[in-house]
Amino acid sequence: MFKMTPNVLRNLFFPKATRRYPREVRPPFKNVRGALLNDIEKCTFCSACALKCPSQCIAVDKKVSTWSYDPFACVFCGICVEICPAESLHQKPEYRLPVAEREAILLKAEPKQKIEKSN
Amino acid sequence: MLKTVIPFGPQHPVLPEPLHLKLLVEEDVITEAIPALGFVHRGLEMLANIRDFHQVIQVVERVCGICSMIHAMCYCQSIEALMEIEVPPRAKFLRTIWSELHRMHSHLLWLGLFADSFGFESLFMQLWKIREKVLDLNEATTGNRIIVSVNVIGGVRRDLNPEQISWMLAELAAVELEINRLGSTLLTDYTVKKRTAGKGVITKDKAFEFGLVGPTLRASGVCQDMRMLGYAAFDQLDFEPVVETEGDCYARSKVRFREVLQSIDLIRQALSRIAQSEIRTKVKGRPEGETVCRVEQPRGELLYYIKANGTKNLERLRIRTPTFANIPALLVILPGMWLSDVPVVVLSIDPCISCTER
Repeated sequence: MFKMTPNVLRNLFFPKATRRYPREVRPPFKNVRGALLNDIEKCTFCSACALKCPSQCIAVDKKVSTWSYDPFACVFCGICVEICPAESLHQKPEYRLPVAEREAILLKAEPKQKIEKSN
Repeated sequence: MLKTVIPFGPQHPVLPEPLHLKLLVEEDVITEAIPALGFVHRGLEMLANIRDFHQVIQVVERVCGICSMIHAMCYCQSIEALMEIEVPPRAKFLRTIWSELHRMHSHLLWLGLFADSFGFESLFMQLWKIREKVLDLNEATTGNRIIVSVNVIGGVRRDLNPEQISWMLAELAAVELEINRLGSTLLTDYTVKKRTAGKGVITKDKAFEFGLVGPTLRASGVCQDMRMLGYAAFDQLDFEPVVETEGDCYARSKVRFREVLQSIDLIRQALSRIAQSEIRTKVKGRPEGETVCRVEQPRGELLYYIKANGTKNLERLRIRTPTFANIPALLVILPGMWLSDVPVVVLSIDPCISCTER
């Protein structure tokens, strides 16, 4: 009884341990390896990211200037971001949101617009 | 009396992973336990033969999610030994810090699951609440929560700045306070003792004979811990293995509980003595030769054998995980026990099946 009462009072008056997700979201930490983005206008299509990727989720075609990425195969290790010589790849601190359909992301540099993007 | 065969697993509420045991039961008492493994075999060792040896780091991290950082560290240490690379002292300290954070979150996960195995669900939730703080420490310092991907051959990929170090110390103090608050429940509660004390006893001689590893071995009174080898920066920290003598489920939970507090102490020591240097050395060339590396995982001794032939792919990668060593003892202690005690005893060795099957 003496042990339980303080616990009951604490649970009644102290804030809850859980958050009302998704209405209340904890701000992400700095430098978290979240969603991978490519600034396609900076991209030189050197294929360094595709060669170094441990899960082989990036494919680059220099001839037609396309950069495709399968976020479902990605392990978010951030190696591609580290080695990108043009610094066109970067990772947001926010994680990727769930999507209904499993589609790869395809970016094309010319005529400098995104052909298709799923997110 | 006819024997009844009761299948325990591969899908069972108490098991986080698919372990299958055929239990031969006579009037609710186990007479024999026959294991069946192979439900999560992924062939990761063979993948090392077709991937670049730098990319294998991300492969071995996926052998086991809970101790991913320690797998990667062991692999990197093996390759560094083969290529004779000197790792910067700061990187060694950072590896120590992150490996101890992994040990903390693994032990807290296990303590929670263990509480859940005898039906103490509020304790399970409280322990996992603390674990969330440790995962936050991982996320803020490495970028990911569980599979942190910070190791590279020749060092680490992330550094800690002074603000992060002071924030970590403050968080660790909060974690320690909460763990100590739960310690009185976990270690002295009547119901917990009733379900765990005297159950699944492994004597010191038996533990030695079966070649057990990790907290399961230390709970039987054998003082053996791979951290005593002094890999990474453990040689520069004051470290004494946690040993209990009873050898039952209660002793195993006590060892793991005390190891969480010990890990906090080790992280504090490492943060206070951390060296100022680079965090990564440049790596050139390819590995050649054979090596064996041993480190201490949360569950016990982890062994990597690597054979390289000077090409970009490894010739052989062999991983021996702690659960592989601990399962034989489980089969010996189960006969003679009540069926209702099986979940507690099975969980007390902390089986990691994805590790074992790779």
